[in-house]
Amino acid sequence: MIKQLSWKVGGQQGEGIESTGEIFSTALSRQGYFLYGYRHFSSRIKGGHTNNKIRVSIEPMNSISDDLDILVAFDQETIDLNHHELSSKGVIIGDSKFSPKLPEGCNARLYSVPFTEIATELGTSLMKNMVAVGATSALLGLKAEVFQSVVDQIFARKGASVVEKNMQAIVKGMEYFTNEAEGLTGDFQLEKADGQKRMYMIGNDAIALGAVAGGARFMPAYPITPASEIMEYLIKKLPEFGGTVIQTEDEIAACTMAIGANYAGVRSLTASAGPGLSLMMEAIGLSGITETPLVVVDTQRGGPSTGLPTKQEQSDLFAMIYGTHGEIPKVVIAPSTVEEAFYDTIEAFNIAEEYQVPVILLSDLALSLGKQSVEPLDFSKVEIRRGKLDLNTELPELEKGQYFKRYEVTEDGVSPRVLPGMKNGIFHVTGVEHNEQGKPSEAPENREAQMDKRMRKLNNLTEVFPDPVYKDERHEEADLLVLGFNSTRGTIQEVLPRLEADGLKVNHGQIRLLHPFPADEVQEMVKKAKKVVVVENNATGQLASLIKMNLAMQDIHSILKYDGNPFLPAEIHTKCKELF
Amino acid sequence: MATFKDFRNNVKPNWCPGCGDFSVQAAIQRAAANVGITPDDLAVVSGIGCSGRISGYINSYGFHGIHGRSLPIAQGVKMANRDLTVIASGGDGDGFAIGMGHTIHAIRRNIDVTYIVMDNQIYGLTKGQTSPRSEMGFKTKSTPNGSIESALGVMELALSAGAGFVAQSFSSDLKELTSLIEQGIEHKGFSLINVFSPCVTFNKVNTYDWFKENLTSLSDIEGYDPADRASAMSTLIKHNGLVKGLIYQDKEKPSYESLVSGFKDEPLASQDLELGEEQFEKLVNEFM
Repeated sequence: MIKQLSWKVGGQQGEGIESTGEIFSTALSRQGYFLYGYRHFSSRIKGGHTNNKIRVSIEPMNSISDDLDILVAFDQETIDLNHHELSSKGVIIGDSKFSPKLPEGCNARLYSVPFTEIATELGTSLMKNMVAVGATSALLGLKAEVFQSVVDQIFARKGASVVEKNMQAIVKGMEYFTNEAEGLTGDFQLEKADGQKRMYMIGNDAIALGAVAGGARFMPAYPITPASEIMEYLIKKLPEFGGTVIQTEDEIAACTMAIGANYAGVRSLTASAGPGLSLMMEAIGLSGITETPLVVVDTQRGGPSTGLPTKQEQSDLFAMIYGTHGEIPKVVIAPSTVEEAFYDTIEAFNIAEEYQVPVILLSDLALSLGKQSVEPLDFSKVEIRRGKLDLNTELPELEKGQYFKRYEVTEDGVSPRVLPGMKNGIFHVTGVEHNEQGKPSEAPENREAQMDKRMRKLNNLTEVFPDPVYKDERHEEADLLVLGFNSTRGTIQEVLPRLEADGLKVNHGQIRLLHPFPADEVQEMVKKAKKVVVVENNATGQLASLIKMNLAMQDIHSILKYDGNPFLPAEIHTKCKELF
Repeated sequence: MATFKDFRNNVKPNWCPGCGDFSVQAAIQRAAANVGITPDDLAVVSGIGCSGRISGYINSYGFHGIHGRSLPIAQGVKMANRDLTVIASGGDGDGFAIGMGHTIHAIRRNIDVTYIVMDNQIYGLTKGQTSPRSEMGFKTKSTPNGSIESALGVMELALSAGAGFVAQSFSSDLKELTSLIEQGIEHKGFSLINVFSPCVTFNKVNTYDWFKENLTSLSDIEGYDPADRASAMSTLIKHNGLVKGLIYQDKEKPSYESLVSGFKDEPLASQDLELGEEQFEKLVNEFM
């Protein structure tokens, strides 16, 4: 019996690779296993190698594994490109249709199963992925019933006979494989899982769900990888709550339309990736100077320009912090798990309204598209706070020619907020420097007063923000502190026990509030470690630079990867050891 | 009932004396009073340029945004609060150069916003460069030998983009302009009103007198029917776009808001943000 295994299905894009992985992993999730799924895909619709790597465990984990136990191949290219990941006991199950062959030097055990042929006999070759799921489950010692609820869910609307056929395909795949590979099945028998119900979702699902729970009711957005799932979910869900999504003509329209809606009192977000965020920068500055709440999601991918549009990278950090011209108060939040992505999205809307600032919710491709097991989200932790917006106030009548002091200079910098349509609340909004009533003013003393007011709004944010740094501090005196942000958390966590086994005392921190920077908290962590290393998916070490700047320290090591793929635990492990 | 004086504030416009934009300001104030709204019900969203300042010169909610983006901001405002009367405004550079993409898409989207363009065929605030509305051969700081790009026929373009309300007017005709703005506000859907609003400082060609001489009133064309899209197009082509009046209106075209599934009559901004526990659990369960 094994505690975990790593499984991958691969083939040509467009031939059902994703759904094969979906069915396999959803069924296992419903048995109570912890899962982590990562898709490798290309920027095209049909053709090109794609694969879906899924890790199954009886314990929580949030990372891809170094190696692979089972490779399900729909073409020879899948074997040629992926066999090197296979462990010494690894198994390849290939479709007999392409006469799978082992590459030179590959010692894996290869089984040829007629996926396509069995499926065709049952009615349609489309079911070849179900046959493959069946063959895999034979190897894992799973019963066909495990897949019933998933098959029901996917095919129910196509009728009972389609459900039946698909279940048959699974059973046939199981039977064929059991006969073919007699005696092998013991190797991959998974220990029984706890049977607990958990959610299984990608980061973008969590962000979208967080938007609904956080009160967002309007999303103007422009499609882009890897952000589109957020708008796709909200297109389906917002109408249930009276809201809607508009697919705009470009990202500038998306961002400015969201600003218009927020100004008029509706929590509104937009989501994009680097190229879209570049276009939104002027509008984000407008949100800053007009103190209009705004939430923008940036799902980072390989840049610059079109870069590596379907690949992992964390290179937008500086652009998000410093991207607008001029100086505005801005918040950049970086959740590091799918669960955090949900709660942080709600918090992003609260902060945007409480502080009347733009908030960037920073994600990365591996977090946005990586699929993780999540403990059921907690309704009691959902809270909506709108700050100094009072919708019930009867406002005193304004003197003739005077406007409501929407930009009143206050001690905490945050001014009272009213909405267009409210009686006696008329004020003016402009991206031009303005006085307390929003009327343009170039007077030097007013400029200073308004600039100071805006900039002091965030003075207390690092103190009130929930867990600005995720901390795993096992040691008061550590040999090494590993720091990261966004999706690297799960991989770093995977490495910690390995480094401990090497005799090193290691602490870990994942920075969740990137701007304003929680310097005191990070400083405390740094003090406890002899060496500090920052792990990030970019070429220039942006987070390391940010830490150096905020902590006035230079002695920081970097582990960088920018080939488009997320870190493997072994890569971080090896490079950490090299520091000693 | 509010009068046009209620839409005045004490801010002195920084426009040059004689600027066509003063009339547009007055027409908006009169039209708003005439349709029976109060200053609290009105949001004027404007772009950047001399004309973009207009949102600050009207006693109403006002949003002076960024160059070329008055329309997406205005559409966001309207989607958030459909009880508001939303006017977007700006110059020809704002709407037909940097903001052209938004103009076309606002037309085809058809959200109930009234878009008033102050068209002076030149860039005024940056002190006299060519605009997409400048005629071929027009000499400016950026085209010292005369423009070698053709002027954009924006009314024709709006018609072909599927606009439900297209009108054009002239700063000297306050009565017609006011009436067209009223009709635009009352039109359910997007309305485009292009106003020839002369720049007395930098455009010495397209002057008040030039427009008086060259503009044809549609009311003077016998049998002109603003419900006839084909004749609207041919009339525009025949007169090189130099007409004034209601060019085209399709009163049946449904607004975007009326087509959004589940979109309530009550403004989105006044709806409850919180989910019930049952609703929440249902959403969570969908991922299990």
